[in-house]
Amino acid sequence: MSRARRGWRYRGNVAGRTAAAIFGGYAVAALFAAASARLLPLPRAEAVLPGTMLAFFVMPGVVIWAFLARSVVRAWLGILLIATILAAAAILAGPPA
Amino acid sequence: MKVRDGVRQTMAWLHGWAGLLLGWVLYVMCLAGSLAVFRPEIGEWMRPETRDRAPAPHAIAAAVAWLQRHSDAPAWFLSAPGPRANTVEGVWFQGLSYTLRAFDPVTGMPALRQTRGGEFFYRLHFELQLPYPWGRMIASMAAMMMLVALITGVIAHRRIFRDFFTFRPGRGQRAWLDAHNALGVFALPFHIMITVTGLVTLASLVMPWGIRANYGENSAAMFQDLVPGAISRPPAGHPGKLAPIAPMIAQAERRFSGNVGLVSILNPRDAASLVIVYQADDRSIATSPEAISFDGVTGRVLADYREARPLVKTYDVVYGLHLARFAGPLLRWLYFMSGLMLAGGIATGLILWIVKRREKEPLTIGNRFAERLNIGMIAGAPLAFAVFFWANRLLPLGGADRAGAEVAWLYGSWAGALAAAFILRPRLGWPLLSGIGGIAWVTLAIVDLAIHKGATTVLLAGDAAMAVTGLFFLLVALRSARARGA
Repeated sequence: MSRARRGWRYRGNVAGRTAAAIFGGYAVAALFAAASARLLPLPRAEAVLPGTMLAFFVMPGVVIWAFLARSVVRAWLGILLIATILAAAAILAGPPA
Repeated sequence: MKVRDGVRQTMAWLHGWAGLLLGWVLYVMCLAGSLAVFRPEIGEWMRPETRDRAPAPHAIAAAVAWLQRHSDAPAWFLSAPGPRANTVEGVWFQGLSYTLRAFDPVTGMPALRQTRGGEFFYRLHFELQLPYPWGRMIASMAAMMMLVALITGVIAHRRIFRDFFTFRPGRGQRAWLDAHNALGVFALPFHIMITVTGLVTLASLVMPWGIRANYGENSAAMFQDLVPGAISRPPAGHPGKLAPIAPMIAQAERRFSGNVGLVSILNPRDAASLVIVYQADDRSIATSPEAISFDGVTGRVLADYREARPLVKTYDVVYGLHLARFAGPLLRWLYFMSGLMLAGGIATGLILWIVKRREKEPLTIGNRFAERLNIGMIAGAPLAFAVFFWANRLLPLGGADRAGAEVAWLYGSWAGALAAAFILRPRLGWPLLSGIGGIAWVTLAIVDLAIHKGATTVLLAGDAAMAVTGLFFLLVALRSARARGA
């Protein structure tokens, strides 16, 4: 651990990315599950299953992105972009009849 | 290459923290989960007075007769005996708290030696002895950290294949790293599979958003769609008499042409009582949602469903892969050993965290805390598990809440181990706790072999596993006594 890593700047950076990983990661995974449940052209019980299972791979993907993005701001922007797209898809698709 | 090296470093950093923060919880989950593979066998080991066997229809009917005399609960859930378990294990709720009891399959009386049996480890594995839903939520969080740690561990790894064949024994950081890599990589597909499928088993609690999107607040409707053979209906409000249950079980066995698994009896004293019989999970990888619902009063079939939807089958396979109830003896041992490898990978990772930092500079307060916690958990948990089995053999039969007393012994000894780990210096704590644990396991196996009656190969294999566990921890004790602490 170099000395630069101990400063408040570094700590703020890690905190921002950790928050993005935990809250952003869960939000994207949850929206992915919701959007795919509504978008899949299947009976409503079966439509729930694939997205719910795959969401558990979406979250670690987002977690890794949160720490690999070039800056905290970019990490959050990426997450917000995907979350917005998924949320829009879920809302536009509407609940199944 | 510079950028890629940066990626690897970041991944290694993330791997370390993701593994550390809930690593102790994960370690206990892995140990308990590995033991839960043998849930029925552990139950049989822990109830040596109850070794009789009886066909499922008789055993269930006998347990129901006892419940009708002794329980006012609105629902009884009974697991049918089968090739592996001889007793009927019953659960019923009284408000939010539940009662667990194993029944003699012949007499229908509660087993003489009341114990949680293997059910204890099964519950500990995902409920962490915490009230619903907190244990399950923390277990899911830990599993997600595990998945992140596994993925980042693979990315951080430069030469996954070559490193697997690298072992530099000795006492330094290298040896711990090599052991950590070997344990992680050797069963990597298992580790990823068991982590993801574990998350899926708790999905309706921790990832309910797909259900919410399609069903709104009515998640019960989702369950209804998933398991159409299990119907639900409100109680009629006036009393009714339960029809004989043995013929229903026998009819379900014929229909499944196989074993019966769970039997739910809902509102057993009401005119609208229901008896739902599920197929056992021992015939295919997929857990079976096939169920037959009987009208409790008339014994008439109300619903009977055969699953054929490919996606539901896929989900059942994912679920079944985690529960491993499909596994035969050989595969069961593979699950057990792979689970222990994951526990070992976590333990070596936690130790490596300390060893690595200690070689550079004196440990910070936080890391000294982690070092002590390592001892109290890595050596303390197996010790406490051995005490649980010893309590099973030593506590007098009968008495109020004997099963709970066994559990209290487990946690009491664990608390003692943690206290010792924090009071004693690590170079004393490691060999002492590992040594006590080792002796407890070895003597347990010896005493059981000496007094066993009617032991089967399965029970003897259990004794052998206990002996091996004990020898392993004795070896750890010897090595850590000679080394300058770990």
